[in-house]
Amino acid sequence: MTPPPGPRLLLAVAIGGAVGAVLRYGLGEAVPDGGGFPWTTFAINVAGSLLLAGLELLPAVRRSPVWTAALGPGVLGGFTTFSATSEQGRSLLASGDTVLAASYLAGSLAAALAAVIVVGRLAPALPPEAER
Amino acid sequence: MTETLCVALGAFVGAPVRYLLSSRYDAALPWGTLAVNVAASLLLGMCTGGALTGDALALLGVGFCGGMSTYSSFAVQTRDHGPRRGATYAALTLGLGLGAAALGFAVTS
Repeated sequence: MTPPPGPRLLLAVAIGGAVGAVLRYGLGEAVPDGGGFPWTTFAINVAGSLLLAGLELLPAVRRSPVWTAALGPGVLGGFTTFSATSEQGRSLLASGDTVLAASYLAGSLAAALAAVIVVGRLAPALPPEAER
Repeated sequence: MTETLCVALGAFVGAPVRYLLSSRYDAALPWGTLAVNVAASLLLGMCTGGALTGDALALLGVGFCGGMSTYSSFAVQTRDHGPRRGATYAALTLGLGLGAAALGFAVTS
């Protein structure tokens, strides 16, 4: 089992997470999800997934454990949310919008998955020295 | 303004909880990430069922639950685990997350 992450990495994730969550909150205040398809949360989750897939390809980020932690599980982990998606799905189902709930839950996963797959394939192969 | 601070504070605690659990328990399947996503769905369902608003909702719901849960890692992990294990992981996460939100809502409403 790998040793638990040290205090520097935890602090980096905490600060990044706070920044990401405030960005998500600000977007939600500016463009509220409303009662139908939760487009704002959908866009946040798809964009955050796309950026996380892209982040993994940046050698500069990969060389720094602190930046990797701050930006990945920190900012993008805090920016995206799974709990809101579950709760919105529950709420749509409870109000009888079964098709909307299913298309939201499945559509979020399909769009986020497509985004990370496309980013993974578009990325140029890293030169061997970048892997060290 | 205070709501924004509550969101930041909630995520300042929630995000490292997720990081600790995913560092320790993500293995053949990302059990750590699965656990935090389901737990955050349960807690957010409880917040909604209990009709939390204002600073309390910002701190616990938007900040802590939103910061502890993650969609970005969920999507990348689903891809990285390949079609079969990835599909199992995604189905488990979506199903348990939805069930947990419903349970949490029912408990407090």
